[in-house]
Amino acid sequence: MPVAASAIYFLNLRGDVLINRLYRDDVGGNMVDAFRTHIMQTKELGTCPVRQIGGCSFFYMRISNVYIVIVVSSNANVACAFKFVVEAVALFKSYFGGAFDEDAIRNNFVLIYELLDEIMDFGYPQNLSPEILKLYITQEGVRSPFSSKPTDKPVPNATLQVTGAVGWRREGLVYKKNEVFLDIVESVNLLMSSKGSVLRCDVTGKVLMKCFLSGMPDLKLGLNDKIGLEKESQLKARPTKSGKTIELDDVTFHQCVNLTRFNSEKTVSFVPPDGEFELMKYRITEGVNLPFRVLPTIKELGRTRIEVNVKVKSVFGAKMFALGVVIKIPVPKQTAKTSFQVTSGRAKYNAAIDCLVWKIRKFPGQTEPTLSAEVELISTMTEKKSWTRPPIQMEFQVPMFTASGLRVRFLKNLNTKRGVFHARITRHTLRMQNEANIGTESEEGTAHRKGVVVLACKTRVLYACKTRRVLSCKLRLAQRMENAARKTKVAGV
Amino acid sequence: MSGHDSKYFSTTKKGEIPELKEELNSQYKGFDSSLRCFVANRGLVRADLLVYDSSFCINCCSISSNFITCHPGVLELCGSDTEYVYFTCSELCVLFGAGKINGNGNENESDKRKDAVKKVIAAMTVGKDVSSLFTDVVNCMQTENLELKKLVYLYLINYAKSQPDLAILAVNTFVKDSQDPNPLIRALAVRTMGCIRVDKITEYLCDPLQRCLKDDDPYVRKTAAICVAKLYDINAELVEDRGFLESLKDLISDNNPMVVANAVAALAEIQENSTRPIFEITSHTLSKLLTALNECTEWGQVFILDALSKYKAADAREAENIVERVTPRLQHANCAVVLSAVKMILQQMELITSTDVVRNLCKKMAPPLVTLLSAEPEIQYVALRNINLIVQRRPTILAHEIKVFFCKYNDPIYVKMEKLEIMIKLASDRNIDQVLLEFKEYATEVDVDFVRKAVRAIGRCAIKLERAAERCITVLLELIKIKVNYVVQEAIIVIKDIFRRYPNTYESIIATLCESLDTLDEPEAKASMIWIIGEYAERIDNADELLESFLESFPEEPAHVQLQLLTATVKLFLKKPTEGPQQMIQVVLNNATVETDNPDLRDRAYIYWRLLSTDPEAAKDVVLAEKPVISDDSNLIDPSLLDELLANIATLSSVYHKPPEAFVTRVKATAQRTEDEDYGSETGNSESPAHVADSSASPTATSSGVPYAAARQPTPVSPAPAPAAPVPDLLGDLMGLENSAIVPMDQPASPAGPPLPVVLPASTGQGLQISAQLTCREGQIFYSLLFENNTQVPLDGFMIQFNKNTFGLAAAGPLQVPQLQPGTSAGTLLPMVTFQNMSQGPPSSLLQAKRKRGRTPNPGRYQGLRDKRGGLLCYFMPGPLDLNNLHFGCTIEFAIANFWIRAYYNALFEDVIVIMTLDDSEVIHLVGFRTEILIPGTAEEHHALDTV
Repeated sequence: MPVAASAIYFLNLRGDVLINRLYRDDVGGNMVDAFRTHIMQTKELGTCPVRQIGGCSFFYMRISNVYIVIVVSSNANVACAFKFVVEAVALFKSYFGGAFDEDAIRNNFVLIYELLDEIMDFGYPQNLSPEILKLYITQEGVRSPFSSKPTDKPVPNATLQVTGAVGWRREGLVYKKNEVFLDIVESVNLLMSSKGSVLRCDVTGKVLMKCFLSGMPDLKLGLNDKIGLEKESQLKARPTKSGKTIELDDVTFHQCVNLTRFNSEKTVSFVPPDGEFELMKYRITEGVNLPFRVLPTIKELGRTRIEVNVKVKSVFGAKMFALGVVIKIPVPKQTAKTSFQVTSGRAKYNAAIDCLVWKIRKFPGQTEPTLSAEVELISTMTEKKSWTRPPIQMEFQVPMFTASGLRVRFLKNLNTKRGVFHARITRHTLRMQNEANIGTESEEGTAHRKGVVVLACKTRVLYACKTRRVLSCKLRLAQRMENAARKTKVAGV
Repeated sequence: MSGHDSKYFSTTKKGEIPELKEELNSQYKGFDSSLRCFVANRGLVRADLLVYDSSFCINCCSISSNFITCHPGVLELCGSDTEYVYFTCSELCVLFGAGKINGNGNENESDKRKDAVKKVIAAMTVGKDVSSLFTDVVNCMQTENLELKKLVYLYLINYAKSQPDLAILAVNTFVKDSQDPNPLIRALAVRTMGCIRVDKITEYLCDPLQRCLKDDDPYVRKTAAICVAKLYDINAELVEDRGFLESLKDLISDNNPMVVANAVAALAEIQENSTRPIFEITSHTLSKLLTALNECTEWGQVFILDALSKYKAADAREAENIVERVTPRLQHANCAVVLSAVKMILQQMELITSTDVVRNLCKKMAPPLVTLLSAEPEIQYVALRNINLIVQRRPTILAHEIKVFFCKYNDPIYVKMEKLEIMIKLASDRNIDQVLLEFKEYATEVDVDFVRKAVRAIGRCAIKLERAAERCITVLLELIKIKVNYVVQEAIIVIKDIFRRYPNTYESIIATLCESLDTLDEPEAKASMIWIIGEYAERIDNADELLESFLESFPEEPAHVQLQLLTATVKLFLKKPTEGPQQMIQVVLNNATVETDNPDLRDRAYIYWRLLSTDPEAAKDVVLAEKPVISDDSNLIDPSLLDELLANIATLSSVYHKPPEAFVTRVKATAQRTEDEDYGSETGNSESPAHVADSSASPTATSSGVPYAAARQPTPVSPAPAPAAPVPDLLGDLMGLENSAIVPMDQPASPAGPPLPVVLPASTGQGLQISAQLTCREGQIFYSLLFENNTQVPLDGFMIQFNKNTFGLAAAGPLQVPQLQPGTSAGTLLPMVTFQNMSQGPPSSLLQAKRKRGRTPNPGRYQGLRDKRGGLLCYFMPGPLDLNNLHFGCTIEFAIANFWIRAYYNALFEDVIVIMTLDDSEVIHLVGFRTEILIPGTAEEHHALDTV
């Protein structure tokens, strides 16, 4: 049964009900009390998101300072339920204009009730597209105060659109300046052994689109992925142009993309929703380039001192440079004093996040600045203080660099008067925001360690076990593409 | 663009104050008194009512230092226990200016009403009972303002059930709205009507629904489709009689994909709750639905895929065709669509014979499953639980993807645990090195549970993969060297299993294990270590010393350590029959036979003793016998169950790894209901029948079939029955009882569980002893009674009446107890209903107060048991709770059918002890409901009253 919910509750962290909506009769109105006593007030909280209490099952998710709890008593579709919550939160955010938290809920409770009524019926999720819902579910803040019967005119149109085949885009959009922005955001997870060989490496990327086009544009996106290109060359019976092709392991698409056509023709064609959305997600495991290597060495000197050496190597071309590099090196909570030496940039200790923060504004290619720090710890009585050894984090931007090498080849609008037109990439402002997580590494059996007392040895064990680095980067490649539509008017206006 | 609705919760706008104040002043008196009453009822010591210029405040000091603030719109109680705030009708009228709710039509008024209704909704949201405003709110329904209408509808959904009579007021507007030119209003009306589960409304729903199913607007049709499912849930017969099912089936061919999807969802649900074939998917509907799949919204695709997964393809070719059309869905961004598509493909794959096709499909399914792991952690969890099932059926799908299940440092614990489980399943000779490296890594993390599971995982891999066993052992030894206590203990436990699996292979490591002997403090680890020592006693030189060190604390050890110790000592003795072990065995056997209370241990010790004393060789054969080889199947699911679970991918069943029947009680409940109905019609009693259960102590009384006394006089259930309260039909009741003289015997016997608490001991009951307790079975509450006749005369004509009580408990039917012969007993289950004879708090406390001063209570007010001569034997007092004296008692939690009610135990009148817990099992148990029985006019009663 694809039922996703019998009831939905929004609770604050104390367990007070902010909003509740019962969709079905099979759960009692006060089931939330059971949730409070059996999950919220126990250690169970956070150990498992699906729990059964009595005859009811609870699915819960925490979003900022709100728990969203779904209660069911039948064999419901859990995947559907969680996805519904995720989408609903996205919807609320788009209505509130940003944050989704306790205050936002209290401030908009009437609106939320109205939306909950609309997006789910008898436990079955209905249309959750913000675009369409905003056509007929408004609130005072949005609606102009003088129109007493605002819903009369646009409504018949709205109902058709809610249920229509293109349930995510409303008709009759007109933009003076037709623009499309494409962002490619990649996050790289890399696992290296202590010797530097790659154990595991994969990229999860997203193509984000910001679309301001008139009418009902039918778009087609071309990437430099292998299968798509092969298919294209087959169809056109001419060899593909030379250049790097990327093999995508898996692709998932926004609901606007015609999956059947993708399956048969390997083309990404779609009628985009208006505004910003996530067009596709992909995964790549092979041929990943990384702009940096981080080589940390963390040595334990006695019970209260740690020596940290971090070397960051940039492996991209010498003419390129990274901007705004921030490296966060975690240190134990009981850090008392730190002293630094850096060959480039600035470093300081940030007690709020328990990290040494090293900032380098401009980082040229083929260089390797180092940081060496000495950290003094407050000696504590509890000697076996375990430290989770969080990974080192890194943020940076490298213009003109992608980890996967994925590029957007073209974006066509099939609806223009001339039939086909290519969106020209007029500017190539490539922004990258990278984040890297690097596990701390330590070396065993260094000269310093040998004479150290037993206590330190115990601590040594804790560090010594981590013998490899975890590096995950998030690369953000923003490709700003302006449609050449200024000259060639887009059809469908 | 954010709203400012929070004002309805805490503060009010300035402009409203003067007029609200005007109203407040006019009703000031009533407000004052009711509030004081309320405050007093909550055990607060002092209450001050303050009126400010702009706001209106009540400050209360109480024992628990609660603080109540009251603004014109809101009453707030700050402090520990907010649940005791409640409003009476008059309070609400004052607080919300309910007088204003009934304004008429102009713009200004409409806004004001909207504000008022918003306040009501705000109060409803925070759990206050605003049902008393029902009429006023419903009067606002006839409005042009869509927002106001929606709010009123929302209110109706919540409270119509509690005011079924008044709900009828709304019907006209509903019917009118369902013909509104605006499709949104039409749909809203139908949608809301379906949510109001009041029979009277349901009747009026049929015509509008019929119209809406054929509406021009797809939005209305899609809403109506779901509404049919709602109606079916309320009244299945009505749906079938009015031909809604046919209309619904027509909607499958609708030209709008969303209508199709909702119709499919509704039909699938109806089918699930019905035994008759209603929605059968033919190959024709199948292809139609598969076409609709391309145009549906994401949720619609889920509905359709879930419904279609029940379709059984005729042959391999059809299955291939279906799969081909479903495969594109794997690329969808919505995880629910992906999982439903996977479910459908897996179902059809069973039929496909071509290995190429299967291999190809497996290849296609892997990437989408992996991609699910980049979603939100909760979704990952669901995906992982499902992947766990999928790899058990088709391990090839993800055989090469083990790396994606490596835990990330910031994964929540539940995701890590599931990943670990899947890694064990996917571990093979090819990837074991990598996997072991991971496990070793996890074994050094900080989360203890996770570390333990990781260590155990290493052991399970060793047992699963023979060739990797040695590497696993090496890793385990490295971990032991870390000397983290729980890691060592967990390692020893798994090493024991490895020894069982590969006997006589890895004994060389025993020396290492023995080093950490004295750090063991967990029973399981200790037991494992002792087992190892015993098993390999001949190879451990100092085995006797090692065991001896454990023996010192033998009496304090937990049972299974003692058992292991006993066996190990016997093994040692059999292997090394020297002086030392001989002494040891005597100590152990002596300890285990004489000084223990544990029968298992004692029995085992005796057996060993006999064996050893009669025939040591036989003892050797028994104790040192070859053990069967173990394998790692601890987490494998039985194939037939796996089939069922795979058919339920993405649902709760696949997350729990349990078949749906194991946790869905609803199906059973409906079955039970029909059974009850059958029985009800048989006895001629339209209300739920009384269940009379045999008590084992009284075979003669019931099996002799003594006819019930015709002189039974059922007393009214409550002095002023609520509209729906059962008023027993005297004649029908009697007839029914005569007809059903044998029926009680077919009823299930009363639970053979713990004996019922005695409510009326034989000494006070003049020879009649009554034990009683509230129980809950299949969601219904019963009052389980056991009568024992210790008098010399037969007793007959039992009757029961319940006082008005806080929980509104009342008997749903008459008490049916056969004539009690002297020396026999009879049990009965009296079905109970709740919320029938509610007591109204304060008035009852007044009554109690009167009694307190020693006035003779009016016997008619209490439920009673009368003997044949009509004299009152005793009466039960299951309430009312004395709200005036709450703070003298302890807390009581009470719940009826999923309702939780907190109450206080009234220490002054020992008439009510209500405790109820909701435990993890399916059934809610009423743990205790003790009623003190007093016999009026007797010394006991006077005593009881005097002590008060």
